[in-house]
Amino acid sequence: MIEANLPILPIVVLLLGALMVPTFGMRNRAAAHPISLGMLGLFVIAAFGLFQKVMDDGIQHYRLGGWEPPVGIEFVVDLLSAFMLLIIAAIAVLVCVYARVAVRKEMPTKEVPFYGVMFIMLLGLSGMVLTGDLFNLYVFFEVSSLGGYALMAVGHRKAPVSAFRYLILGTLGASFYLLGVGYLYVLTGSLNMADVASLMPELVGNPALLLSITLMLGGLGLKMALFPMHLWLPDAYSYASSTATAIIAPVMTKVSAYVLLRILFFVYDQNLVHDILPIDGVILWLGLAGVTVGSIMAIAQKDAKRMLAYSSVSQVAYIAVGIGLANRWALVAAMLHVLNHAAMKCCLFLITGGVFQQTGSTRISAYTSLGRKMPWTFAAFAVAALSMVGVPPTNGFFSKWYLVLGAIDAGQWVVVAIVIASGLLTGVYFFRMIARIFTNPEAGAPVQEGARELPLSQLAPILVLAMALLVLGLFNSWIVNNVLLQALPPALQLGS
Amino acid sequence: MIQRLFDVVVGHWPYAFTVVLLVIGLYGMLLKGNLIKKLIGMNIFQGAIILAYVVFAYKKDGTVPVIMFDEHHHAIEQASRYMNPIPHGLMLTAIVVGVATTGVGLALLILIHRTYGTLEEDELMERLRRDD
Repeated sequence: MIEANLPILPIVVLLLGALMVPTFGMRNRAAAHPISLGMLGLFVIAAFGLFQKVMDDGIQHYRLGGWEPPVGIEFVVDLLSAFMLLIIAAIAVLVCVYARVAVRKEMPTKEVPFYGVMFIMLLGLSGMVLTGDLFNLYVFFEVSSLGGYALMAVGHRKAPVSAFRYLILGTLGASFYLLGVGYLYVLTGSLNMADVASLMPELVGNPALLLSITLMLGGLGLKMALFPMHLWLPDAYSYASSTATAIIAPVMTKVSAYVLLRILFFVYDQNLVHDILPIDGVILWLGLAGVTVGSIMAIAQKDAKRMLAYSSVSQVAYIAVGIGLANRWALVAAMLHVLNHAAMKCCLFLITGGVFQQTGSTRISAYTSLGRKMPWTFAAFAVAALSMVGVPPTNGFFSKWYLVLGAIDAGQWVVVAIVIASGLLTGVYFFRMIARIFTNPEAGAPVQEGARELPLSQLAPILVLAMALLVLGLFNSWIVNNVLLQALPPALQLGS
Repeated sequence: MIQRLFDVVVGHWPYAFTVVLLVIGLYGMLLKGNLIKKLIGMNIFQGAIILAYVVFAYKKDGTVPVIMFDEHHHAIEQASRYMNPIPHGLMLTAIVVGVATTGVGLALLILIHRTYGTLEEDELMERLRRDD
């Protein structure tokens, strides 16, 4: 019974969580956190079970309400979806452990709505990765975005302004996507991804199809903060509360990147993407521009959260470069980087949140000599920073490695040069911070006397993530061989 | 060139109308200085897309896709005349999503107005800068 309904289980658990938090939290605010933690624990178990099932038995189909596709809505879980779901679940549960102290300190009266909205956002994101229906994806897309706007609006005084700007641009993106789906529907009469894909060869060269793919790229590009559509991101990330940023930054833009990958390679025809309209070339060059601009802007920042936000722009652009190169190793790199970047960014944003709690500041100058006061936290920071730069054996090295392999396969030497150069640029802003954290203060620089090590409930997720960066790096070949190479689109799989 | 453009528009009034609405919405969203007007622009944009879907589904002399019965209880099926009901169903969902987005947007605007006392973008920018 449970096994047959496994694909829908993560969604059901999250919906139940979104209902239970306000119901029980209304009487007793303190109940919100344990309930969320429990439900997210179930979510992780469901996600892991689903992953295991897909590993053993292959692609899972689930028909909502028993209606046959293409008329009914279908959930299709392949390895890529299960992999994404597992990332979302792991990040969610770690941030939830951390959130107990952080949320109580940062927004003391808003615990119940915070956890409730968090469930709604996670529900949307999980739906996006599980669904096999283009319109259903739009609905989940908007559900996750609505949750995201609400989460981002609480925090700094300026947060509502940046959240509103994000709402306008995010809705614009989702509307473009919806219009793109409309054109596809007119052409094919179907919304089921597999069904649309099977009708695609007859349509190659149709101008309406080209328009639909352009609209979708625009919409998804806005949501994944692909250069030059990244302008909403730095403000939104730096003014949101640290817990909200720590859960939104690792997964939200990555899930949009996943949707882009899914639509380009699983729905549209390979020839269309490459030969007729060079959409992969556009994504590649926008990605390369984003990598460079994001890194340079990050160097110029004085605020740690803002610096990380710009570095997110450049890291998401790596994923875009992988999608744009569109060969086997580049796509493996893109998918591996989704995992790696989620772990690194989550760890770093949790640390900036912790420092904000201890010192009341997110400015880089507040980090002076904090390495002595918070040794464990900043040991984790050092690992995450090395991983961002791409030093082996951390996992950040390996996604860049596969990306360079992909670029060499494609004969794109410019890409190789830019990927390596931007690794150096990343080094500039992270080593500058590490130097500030672990050395004695210069004369005149303010030192935070009151700062102490974080409590265990906040330190534990940070350390788990830092360990994960090393473990994922060491075991990357297992992930690549057993998961990612099997998750590639059929046209790119080995032996085809 | 102009004659051709004219021919395209004349045959497709509803499409031309949705394009005009899309442009008005986009203009409101991106170029208007008042945040409420941005939100209204967003609504017009979404409305245009909803109309576009409804136009896709339209059929001349079409009828509702419901099986009727004559006086002898025989079903009258007129499948070729049925309008496609799926876009209508989809757009009901899209309207609900639009309403929810507008609600969240208005809630944010209330928050902004409480904090900064204005919804004009240039004044707001000035006050934001003073905050730093």
